[in-house]
Amino acid sequence: MSAPLVRPKRKNPLARTRLPLLPQGQRSRTAHGLTAAAAEGRFALQVCEQCAQVLYPPRDACPRCLSARLTFKDVGPDGRLIAETTVRVSTDPYFRERMPWRVGTVQLDAGPVIVAHLHGDTVEGERVRLALKLDKSGSAVMLALPAQETPHMHADPHWREMTCDPQYRRVLISDGRHAVGQAMAKAFCEAGASIVFVGIADPWKPYPGMAELAGIERVEIVPLDVTDTESVTELAGQNGGRIDIVVNTAEHVRPGGVIERSNLTIAHDEMDIRYFGMLRLGQAFGPALRFRGADGTNSAAAFVNLLSVHALMNWPAYGAYSAVEAACLSAAQCMRAELRPGGVKVLNAFFGPLETEWFQAVPPPKLGPLALAKAVIAALKGGLEDIFVGDVAQDVRERLDANPKALERELGAH
Amino acid sequence: MPRETAARRSYDGVVACQPVTVPYRRFSPESAAWWIGRALHQLVSQSGLRSQDLDGFSLASFTSAPDTAIGLTQHLGLTPRWLDHIPLGGASGVVALRRAARAVQAGDADIVACVGADTNHVDSFRRTLSTFSRFAQDAVYPYASGGPNASFALITRNYMNRFGARREDFGKICVAQRANALSVPHALMKQELTLDTYLAARPIADPIHLFDCTMPCAGAEAFLVCREDTARSQGWAGVRILSTIERHNAFPDDPIQIRGGWAMDVEELWAMADVRPDAMDFVETYDDYPVISMLQFEDLGFCGKGEGPDFVRSHSLTNDGSFPHNTSGGQLSVGQAGAAGGYLGLVEAMRQLTDAPLGSRVPDARIGLVSGFGMINYDRGLASCAAILGRAA
Repeated sequence: MSAPLVRPKRKNPLARTRLPLLPQGQRSRTAHGLTAAAAEGRFALQVCEQCAQVLYPPRDACPRCLSARLTFKDVGPDGRLIAETTVRVSTDPYFRERMPWRVGTVQLDAGPVIVAHLHGDTVEGERVRLALKLDKSGSAVMLALPAQETPHMHADPHWREMTCDPQYRRVLISDGRHAVGQAMAKAFCEAGASIVFVGIADPWKPYPGMAELAGIERVEIVPLDVTDTESVTELAGQNGGRIDIVVNTAEHVRPGGVIERSNLTIAHDEMDIRYFGMLRLGQAFGPALRFRGADGTNSAAAFVNLLSVHALMNWPAYGAYSAVEAACLSAAQCMRAELRPGGVKVLNAFFGPLETEWFQAVPPPKLGPLALAKAVIAALKGGLEDIFVGDVAQDVRERLDANPKALERELGAH
Repeated sequence: MPRETAARRSYDGVVACQPVTVPYRRFSPESAAWWIGRALHQLVSQSGLRSQDLDGFSLASFTSAPDTAIGLTQHLGLTPRWLDHIPLGGASGVVALRRAARAVQAGDADIVACVGADTNHVDSFRRTLSTFSRFAQDAVYPYASGGPNASFALITRNYMNRFGARREDFGKICVAQRANALSVPHALMKQELTLDTYLAARPIADPIHLFDCTMPCAGAEAFLVCREDTARSQGWAGVRILSTIERHNAFPDDPIQIRGGWAMDVEELWAMADVRPDAMDFVETYDDYPVISMLQFEDLGFCGKGEGPDFVRSHSLTNDGSFPHNTSGGQLSVGQAGAAGGYLGLVEAMRQLTDAPLGSRVPDARIGLVSGFGMINYDRGLASCAAILGRAA
């Protein structure tokens, strides 16, 4: 049984911060098929289209029939741990400072034999289930878990190293003025965050849900205006060194396309709040996050972007908004590469229309802010990188995979 | 497709001779080319040849990059008409021998220089491991980066669980090899090893402990392959090749390695030499870890599968014992000089069979077995090979 996670003590301000190191993240191009599955929390292996053999490690030809038609597909993650070892000496600097480290050989019911990291509650000879996780390098690894949930299993050091669990972490929610930011604050507190800073621009201006937000345990309202570089920099100067997860909830949803609008006034606001706001947060908080990626139990863990799924394909009814979201997605990909040396993840949560005022005229299904917040928490706990929350987001994703041109026409139909 | 294979031809008329060892060093600032050059220099000076007389060249090296054998011909001033680069690690010695023997037998070359050499810079071992193979990069190194210690720990653990081997059994192999090594001047391990010391050593990757591991180092081993009449006219002592086998990626469906490719070909090995295992005066196994030596005892027919522990318990493995094994100390005591490790047992066997061992002698050695094993690509060693060598008439 895993020991429960211990609340980290206040850090000695004179102590040196342990620098983040990464395990080897280099993979063959084919092996990144596993990374794609891990990013979404799926367990997928190559399956030969010709002879149905399930393969591991990833290959470019089937060892049974030599077919090149090998597709990553979701397969059963169950198997048996046939041998284990506790590695006490490693050639790699990342593992050297995390010794001892258990690994083992798992024979999957689906066929292949997989060398995996071992969760502390796995037992040699017994059943396990494998999960694909992104390790600190951002590449996929296999983690063997006990077949059934065990108490405190998410406190296991291997698990914690590969995930961004909010428990005992300190969170910044960039904008608490709207329903999504408030739902997020509530969800992070429930997930055990030790403090949740919630940014409010112009705090003297009242807003719906104000009293309830202030009443949430461990919430601390801080002045923050993502359109004001000075405001963002000031908050980062005060608290940047003790924020482990940044969630950008700043939003500016307005309908209208490119030609439909007669000027750039709304577009400027959209860009300023969403795109430049994200850049300001990234520039102010990114360096400290990257520096603190290995800073103990409450190390810096993640930067969370809430993105419209229409970042992936424009929705002309909200066409200018979609374009800004696409810019944010592109910047998120950049930030991923920039934060990776610190072992800090960028989680992109894609959503469709929300149950909020600016999607008032849009028919259901729509996503409630709390459902979005809960999905973000679950994704952080699982160490995911991309999630599609709600029916519309998942539908758009599937259609995009199947036929992007069809989706373009469908979204543009009046 | 017909499944039966053609009858093997003998290696009659071919000998291996002029064993050479460039003394090992734990770390070396020199390049692989330097070590290969030293080995060739020693080969030509002790045989009385000029390097231009070597018309065949076979190289095994992990650290020669970006060069392979071809680039080294220019670097070293060789003009061979037969050239081979053997990337088979611990199998490279026997494989070099059998390929060179066929080349000489067919007249494609007269004198082949076979060299296994590697350097070991500070930190080069880590670099070799992390990019050892695509499967290692994708599916092994990111898992605690324990290197071969971790991979063989899993194999050892499974073998112990399944066949009841104990640490004492592996310890007996290591202790005997250390005793054999004490008389070898360049062995890196110079202190006697007792079973108590073996058992008390620090764990590296359970159940592998310190003395189950070889020490990576720099070094080179080499020999010549030529016609028997060439050797006779030059006055070189040679050994005959009575039989060889080679196999790669055997038993891919075994979930974890409990046997190597020897088990597929062992009958042919003994039939070709027309001897039985009990005729061997000594055995040189590839000892990257003692469990692998135990697999070789089983798979080469000295005992049955799973009987390795009992076999070890019932024999003494030193050079004066009932089953002289790894008679110069093996890699566990001499050091593991990369691909040269695949030559170590072969060169030692040649010396025992020509009355010129560097260390202690196996009394009346007339015939011996050498086996190789190499290339842990993912979860198991892929290459296996063996040769039976006999004293020339």
